[in-house]
Amino acid sequence: MTQDRRALDVSTLPDYAFGHKGLIWWGTVGFMVIEGSMFVIAVIAYFYLRLKVDEWPPSLPNPDLFAGSVNLAVVLISCVPAFFAKAAAERFDLPRLRLWLALLTFFGIASLALRVFEFPALNCRWDDNAYGSITWLLLGLHTSHVATDVVESLVLFVLMMTGPIDDSRFVDVSENSLYWYFIVAWWIPIYLTIYFAPRWL
Amino acid sequence: MNDDATQAPEPNEVGAEALEDDALRRALERAWCVPSGVIGRLSVVDHRTIGIRYIVTAFVFFLIAGALAGVMRLQLAIPDNHFLGPDRYNQLFTVHGTAMMFLFAVPVMEAFGVYLVPLMLGARSIAFPRLNAFSYYVFLFGGVMLFVALVVNSGPDAGWFSYVPLAGPDYGAGKRSDFWAQLITFTEVAGLAIAVEIVATTLKMRAPGMSIDRIPLFVWAMLATSFMVIFAMPSVVLSSTFLLLDRLVGTHFYNPAEGGDALLWQHLFWFFGHPEVYIIFVPALGIVSSIITTFTGRPVFGYTALVLSVIATGFLGFAVWVHHMFATGLPQLGLSYFTAASMVISIPTGVQIFCWIASLWRSRLRLETPMLFVLGFFAIFVLGGLSGVTLAVIPFNLQVHDTFYVVAHFHYVLIGGAVFPLIGGIFYWYPKMTGRMLDESWGRVTFWALFIGFNVTFFPMHLLGFMGMPRRVYTYPAELGWGTLNLISSLGALLLTLGGALLIANVVRSRHSGRLAGNDPWGGDTLEWSVTSPPPVYNFLHIPVVEGRNALWDRSPDRPIVTGIRSDRREVLVTSVTDAEPVHTTVFPEPSIWPFLCAVVTSAFFVGSIFTPWALPVAAVPLAVTLVGWFWPNRRDAAKRQSQPALQEQRA
Repeated sequence: MTQDRRALDVSTLPDYAFGHKGLIWWGTVGFMVIEGSMFVIAVIAYFYLRLKVDEWPPSLPNPDLFAGSVNLAVVLISCVPAFFAKAAAERFDLPRLRLWLALLTFFGIASLALRVFEFPALNCRWDDNAYGSITWLLLGLHTSHVATDVVESLVLFVLMMTGPIDDSRFVDVSENSLYWYFIVAWWIPIYLTIYFAPRWL
Repeated sequence: MNDDATQAPEPNEVGAEALEDDALRRALERAWCVPSGVIGRLSVVDHRTIGIRYIVTAFVFFLIAGALAGVMRLQLAIPDNHFLGPDRYNQLFTVHGTAMMFLFAVPVMEAFGVYLVPLMLGARSIAFPRLNAFSYYVFLFGGVMLFVALVVNSGPDAGWFSYVPLAGPDYGAGKRSDFWAQLITFTEVAGLAIAVEIVATTLKMRAPGMSIDRIPLFVWAMLATSFMVIFAMPSVVLSSTFLLLDRLVGTHFYNPAEGGDALLWQHLFWFFGHPEVYIIFVPALGIVSSIITTFTGRPVFGYTALVLSVIATGFLGFAVWVHHMFATGLPQLGLSYFTAASMVISIPTGVQIFCWIASLWRSRLRLETPMLFVLGFFAIFVLGGLSGVTLAVIPFNLQVHDTFYVVAHFHYVLIGGAVFPLIGGIFYWYPKMTGRMLDESWGRVTFWALFIGFNVTFFPMHLLGFMGMPRRVYTYPAELGWGTLNLISSLGALLLTLGGALLIANVVRSRHSGRLAGNDPWGGDTLEWSVTSPPPVYNFLHIPVVEGRNALWDRSPDRPIVTGIRSDRREVLVTSVTDAEPVHTTVFPEPSIWPFLCAVVTSAFFVGSIFTPWALPVAAVPLAVTLVGWFWPNRRDAAKRQSQPALQEQRA
């Protein structure tokens, strides 16, 4: 048996790490990049289709601003509980984490509920014309992301109430907030595209 | 706590050390065990098992798609042949191309990555192992769906790039193009999952010491490929979704009558489709570098240049998509740019070829089968690259557009550039995967059958293209004089088939009767050759400390290792991105049936959505259930994951 030299001892290292030092962050960011690319391409497709016609929206009224704008306010405010849930997770402060995660989930559900009013407020159907198709697609794509993260937040919240909890779950909560920021950040350009491109362009 | 590795004995007690290694081995086998039984086999998350399943499945799809090509060659062998009708022929070439690209070429390269990347990096697992299992099942079900569709006469028939309006609701009859669109969804989900795993594994799970300038070239190639997958595939996910929506719920993305645009399809498809070519080709470059390093027995020439070329190819691959659209009437200035870009991309490839030539120069080259396939790659790929440069010239491009010249070109690039290195890779890594060598003399015969067969099949197609023979026609009249060349081409296909059969026979036969390989039959330089063949379930008994670019050749005689990784649970080491310094450990998930169940529900949803949009609301709940089941920890696992008490105190 050849002698192996014990060159490096890692037994004292922690078994979790928040942010980019940890592995979960890279998975989360990987999927954020994939979905971000999808959003970018969808927005490019929107403007590509805009160039193909003279009038925008083509013989349809502009979308109503109210529901979408309220939703923008809701998701921007939801960044507050997302921030404090992340901070509480990184301090392993379980009571505060539960509180902020519950609030984050609540805001997420509120945002989803507003989408019920947003789709009719587009004032078009997906099969009216290409404008209707791409507008519905943008809103649908973003809604599916909101729905995914609301379910994730809800599941994490229930887990944090019932257990079993171990350290890595606090990392999950932290990354969940990161993913939520991503979804909120994307709502700003998509909101502007859906509601203001028809008015300004 | 069962921390075998940290109870250090006196350094000179070799006997005690061996005993301790034995105990460690047993503990690791328990912790990383691969479950058996039906449920157990479906629950496997082990990257080697999944990797081999992926490779075998991709090759089965390759054989089916190859058989379809054989039938097409039979049809084209003589003029005025009515063995196949035009409708069946359309389905055959579409399914052939689609399966080769989406079910073979990309997945098989990623599958090699799944198997090899952790082993080359000195890691005990791939990152996100359950996602890996999920990816495999989605891939499998997608492939089965495509071939079932073909068998029931619903095979897609609009070509592998499925142009609208031919594939759109007005002209694409039945559900054929819907099967195509959803096959894309299946393979993209599977492919994107692996890309994220490989990026995370490569950047965060390298053995200490393997700084970013010591990553093996194969892993660099897989990393670049994975980034290309991440940026390219969303485009085709979106475009095929548009297509499905146009066909299913009456959207107008591609309908010019309602403000849509048919060229939007081509832009979105080729923004993915051209990088796709490099997604297939770049991993093959990694295989070539690995084989050349080992068979010349010295470090490859120009490591940095090779790495930078691969990265440059990755970027430039996104800047040339319009060269597939020269015949669409786009503005002249734009076309000129894409001509220039298409010529620029040959520069990094040229740099690599010259680095390899320099590596081979005056080396003591061992001409065994893997190396033969690499030399075959040079010959064929360079020819394919040259015809590629001619195609970047617009007047010439318009002349041969949609002819067999294009068919010849991309088979030279794809088979020469990817399949030859891949088969070389099979000869090279088969011993690692199975513990036995493939038969060398059969291997040489296989090489020559494939090399000659390939050229006889595809070289005449250049000439047929010059003579004006269009691709995708099911037959041609005798007066056109294309008969002889087509017959030669079909005879070549016979030789190719023979070579393929020989390879399969070799793989099957050597599995049990091949010569035993030992750990390192070739004298390789990367870490996978330091472990037994096939590798143990935990990959490395001790995580090595890497001391140089050629990890095994540069290793000091006392073999430095890492200690302190727990052996009573699936603990792995996470290191820093650039320097691979240990950052923390983490516990990987146990085997689970949930990824399989989730893949079943996902597949049912994808197939269902071909027929009705209600598949989405119906599938939403079971999908959520399987995802929660996947994520939800059981108490035993949670207890295993819990930090050591000392750390918890320190934190408190």
